[in-house]
Amino acid sequence: MTGYIDKIKEISARLLKGCNVDVVIGFRRGTVPMMNEPYFAKTPEDVQNLVWDSNCGINLANYLTNRTDKIGIIAKGCDSRNIVTHVIENKIKREQLVIIGVPCKGMIDKRKITSMFDGEITEVTEDENNIKVVGKGFEKVLNKADVMQQNCTLCIHRNPVEYDELVAEPVAEQQDVDRYVDVRAIEAMSAEEKATHFDDLFSACIRCYACRNACPLCYCPTCFVDESRPQWVGKSQEDTDVKTFHFLRAYHCAGRCTDCGSCERSCPVGINMRTLTKKLEKDCFELFGWEAGMSLDVRPPLDTYKPGDPNDFIK
Amino acid sequence: MKIFSISKDNWANGLARLAGSYHLFGPVKEAQYHDFKELAKGQLPDLDFLNTRLSAKSVIYPQSEALLEYSLDESRDDHHIMKEVAADDSPRAVIGIRPCDAKAFVLVGHNFDTPDYKDPYWIRASEATTRVGLACEAPCSSCFCTTAGCGPYHEEGLDVLLAEAGDDYLAKVLTDKGQKLIQAAGWKTEADVDSAGRKLEAQKQAAESKIAAAVNTDNLKTIDTTELYNAPFWEEVSFACINCGTCTFLCPTCWCFDIQDENRGKSGRRMRNWDSCMFPLFTLHGSGHNPRGTKLQRVRQRFMHKLKYYVDKYDVGIQCVGCGRCIRSCPVNIDIRRVCDYMNSYGSAKDACAA
Repeated sequence: MTGYIDKIKEISARLLKGCNVDVVIGFRRGTVPMMNEPYFAKTPEDVQNLVWDSNCGINLANYLTNRTDKIGIIAKGCDSRNIVTHVIENKIKREQLVIIGVPCKGMIDKRKITSMFDGEITEVTEDENNIKVVGKGFEKVLNKADVMQQNCTLCIHRNPVEYDELVAEPVAEQQDVDRYVDVRAIEAMSAEEKATHFDDLFSACIRCYACRNACPLCYCPTCFVDESRPQWVGKSQEDTDVKTFHFLRAYHCAGRCTDCGSCERSCPVGINMRTLTKKLEKDCFELFGWEAGMSLDVRPPLDTYKPGDPNDFIK
Repeated sequence: MKIFSISKDNWANGLARLAGSYHLFGPVKEAQYHDFKELAKGQLPDLDFLNTRLSAKSVIYPQSEALLEYSLDESRDDHHIMKEVAADDSPRAVIGIRPCDAKAFVLVGHNFDTPDYKDPYWIRASEATTRVGLACEAPCSSCFCTTAGCGPYHEEGLDVLLAEAGDDYLAKVLTDKGQKLIQAAGWKTEADVDSAGRKLEAQKQAAESKIAAAVNTDNLKTIDTTELYNAPFWEEVSFACINCGTCTFLCPTCWCFDIQDENRGKSGRRMRNWDSCMFPLFTLHGSGHNPRGTKLQRVRQRFMHKLKYYVDKYDVGIQCVGCGRCIRSCPVNIDIRRVCDYMNSYGSAKDACAA
């Protein structure tokens, strides 16, 4: 995957030179280990700043919302599915986009790797299957498969579903992935156990809204937590308000979430709020056979009605 | 000025004695991170950390704080009367605060404690708090304190500075408050001021030499505010920003707050909560107009406030202590060092072109 960058630069430079696009949205090298920064290249010279490696976990579809220019966008599997969702929801027009598809082999989990070492990590490099971590007084090579973001280990759509150019041959999709082990564990809990589980899960939340803001689905002009007339949610660290935010945000993602993991990745306090969206993803799959963002031609089940829709939940 | 030598064998005993007269706060590791928490009886601060994930500001300035309370029950004589919430201003001590976080209290004081305006809540809590610092022997590569008016052994804002010395801590007493705390802990072994002072100075030099990152701030004061405001680089700086509150909430020097009434049934509290210039509600006017309605405007506000408006208004340097938390925790890697360099070199680059 690290070999993709030459092709990404070649395509991006060609698109910019040919005035096919006004801007290419990708990543530039981060200033700290295991981080890259979302970046826009506006000229063929800017293209030299683009990078691609296992630190590109932020979902770039988030940067398309309501743009009016012509955009080249570098998209891994999940990004492409969120681009499809953006098009379906009229947040961008397909004609505005040149999608540079990247067959993805997973992003690494900065938090997990950081927690494996006592001292500060100063440099992280990678080859196809290994991650080399160098810190003050230590050096270790890790197997990439052991330190990927959890959502990437569960991903079954690594290849872009919608693209104009592909930077490499498609990669093999992961087979026999049990995507919902965590969700089933929570489903099996009693009501009291669930309450305790969610109390613990969100106890560290500082309400910075990084999860919401990193999510390409969260583009409402005014989020319900920011409404002041009426004010739906209190602003303090009151437990009820914190959980109201997380639960309602998850519901707003029902049938739309691609489990790209941007929310969890962005959280400064390490909360796995994906357990909420994954439950809804599982329900949508089981009730409607639906996976978000797989086609531009099918309306999502939650904005359409079919006589055969399951209704057993109505008591 | 005295320097005490505290045997690590005698550390826990001293803290136990302190717990009798102070609420103790210290770094505690929960899950993957260290944060400042009130220490339970017998709990020791965990001093084996690089820096805490959130700063120590919440010890004095909590994220949510009830200022006033009231009843909405009209059968009561005192309904709709705002009353002070009883605050606990009994002595507290924060153990193991890094010098950067301590200096940050001084910077924040320029806002909360001025000749014209005095914030009673912050001042009361600040006065009640004794700050025992822990010098930084192994700064992170993203720390740039030495060029941000601070340093790994910086003393401003501290009452006592602790430094590692093998089986002991050296405790440099900086204020009367600090002296009181040392006495209350029963730490009595005074070190020879000359030799211990030389040792601290040598360790300070060694620690400072490990700071690899730097910012240049020398031009910030003279650059024209409006030109900087209109500089073209804000588009690039703000592009990646998702406008979350991570940087501002983790920052030891961000002080903005919002006041909200929270009602439950027939009673309510007037709360003060941290606010963030990254949020769309920040500075939203009653009319619906927001002078900072776009992402670029909000990002610019954050950096202009820290690196220009504050510099101009108070003339005490930048509103940043170089702790590097915002760099390490930003989900999209926006780096204040890069932005500071853009700002500081803006005028000179332009002049060079004009010449």
